[in-house]
Amino acid sequence: MYTNRYIFTYAAVLVIVAAALLSLAAMLLKPFQERNLTIEKIRGILSSAQVTQADASNAIPLFNKYIVKELILNPKGNILDTYTKSPKENAPAFKLDLKKEYYKKSHNKPYSLPLYIAQKDGKTIYIIPMRGTGLWGPIWGNIALTSNFKTVVGVFFGDESETPGLGGEIKTPKFENQFIGKTIFNDQGHFTSIKVVKGGIIKLPANQRIHGVDALSGATLTSNGVNAMLRDALKSYLPYIESHR
Amino acid sequence: MSTKKTEREAIFSPKNMKLITGPLNMNNPITVQVLGICSALAVTVKMKPAIVMALALMVVTAFSNLLVSLLRNGIPARIRIIVQLVIVATLVILVDQLLKAFIFDVSKQLSVYVGLIITNCIIMGRLEAFAMANKPWPAFLDGIGNGLGYGLLLIIVAFFRELLGSGTLLNYQVIPQSLYKAGYVNNGMMILPPMALITIGVIIWVQRYYNRTLIEK
Repeated sequence: MYTNRYIFTYAAVLVIVAAALLSLAAMLLKPFQERNLTIEKIRGILSSAQVTQADASNAIPLFNKYIVKELILNPKGNILDTYTKSPKENAPAFKLDLKKEYYKKSHNKPYSLPLYIAQKDGKTIYIIPMRGTGLWGPIWGNIALTSNFKTVVGVFFGDESETPGLGGEIKTPKFENQFIGKTIFNDQGHFTSIKVVKGGIIKLPANQRIHGVDALSGATLTSNGVNAMLRDALKSYLPYIESHR
Repeated sequence: MSTKKTEREAIFSPKNMKLITGPLNMNNPITVQVLGICSALAVTVKMKPAIVMALALMVVTAFSNLLVSLLRNGIPARIRIIVQLVIVATLVILVDQLLKAFIFDVSKQLSVYVGLIITNCIIMGRLEAFAMANKPWPAFLDGIGNGLGYGLLLIIVAFFRELLGSGTLLNYQVIPQSLYKAGYVNNGMMILPPMALITIGVIIWVQRYYNRTLIEK
């Protein structure tokens, strides 16, 4: 039989040893983990601009090659910060946490937005990061637009916990590639966003099909989340887009 | 020390080997002990996460068995479960941190399931049933054995789910494009957890067909 004193001492020593070990591990591994997150973010940005060959080893060089400018905008569309130096992944725009900015936005506080400008095959591409909610958790992505801000170059989606095989399919090329060549403005120059259409774009009038893509079957709520995310993200950048297109 | 009679067993004596081979078949943690089912459903969509999960679990069971066995004479009985949990949780967080640092893609796929190794019944089950009452080396082997038994089943289930659900194995396309052109489609059901349960059920059925002693009367 052990005394209470022994039990308390035992528990205290055990917990302190475990805590020390874990803090040490967390400190030593942090640089590696942060690098992985940076690479992950870069791959998303590049993938939307149709640079798909980025993997863990070449993502950072490719990012520095294609991205020429990183901006921070305010909600009125004014440029707060322009970054053209290297390395590109150190830009304040890249370090901006979209989750925090969207939180400020939802509480009517001043917020800022990042915008990436890439040069690929002589063409300028604007890349807008997005964040929204799916069915089970956050979803995010990037949408790349041509220099007149009308046509989509490509998109990238990611999710934390959408149902595999249903909502989780938003991050497959099959879904993402549908967005290529769609437009976010109509012929009159009005903002239309891009809609994920349940039942397929075949249901839309012929002149609307250029603003829509087929929804995923069995994933209505995730599709709605993608809709809302695209609309909200593009809307926040409208002031900048209107003054630059 | 020298007064004690040290009848040393060979490191890989038949008795010790049985600790490793037993869980592969006759004492498999999933199909016979029915432990750790839920993670087996979750991480078997593709082979790669299944293999990594199996390795992670093996490392955790082996080392938590070893540590608990080393400490078994000092652990106060009244708080033994808490002590076991602290040891297991520490190891699991270490594994999770290492995965995040060095195999990020896989860690993303495993997401919460690495953390859930803490609550995997295999670990607590083996700690209580074996490590608390046995010497460190056999306890370590028991952990390896159960980790392997779990991993073996995971890999078998993942093999069928990936092959039939995605047409790939370890992300390499194995079902030829010509078959798809001829009208073959991947079975989307295989990607969803219920089919993992059914696959495990079929494995249990096959196993009991060949090992009649496992059939409950």
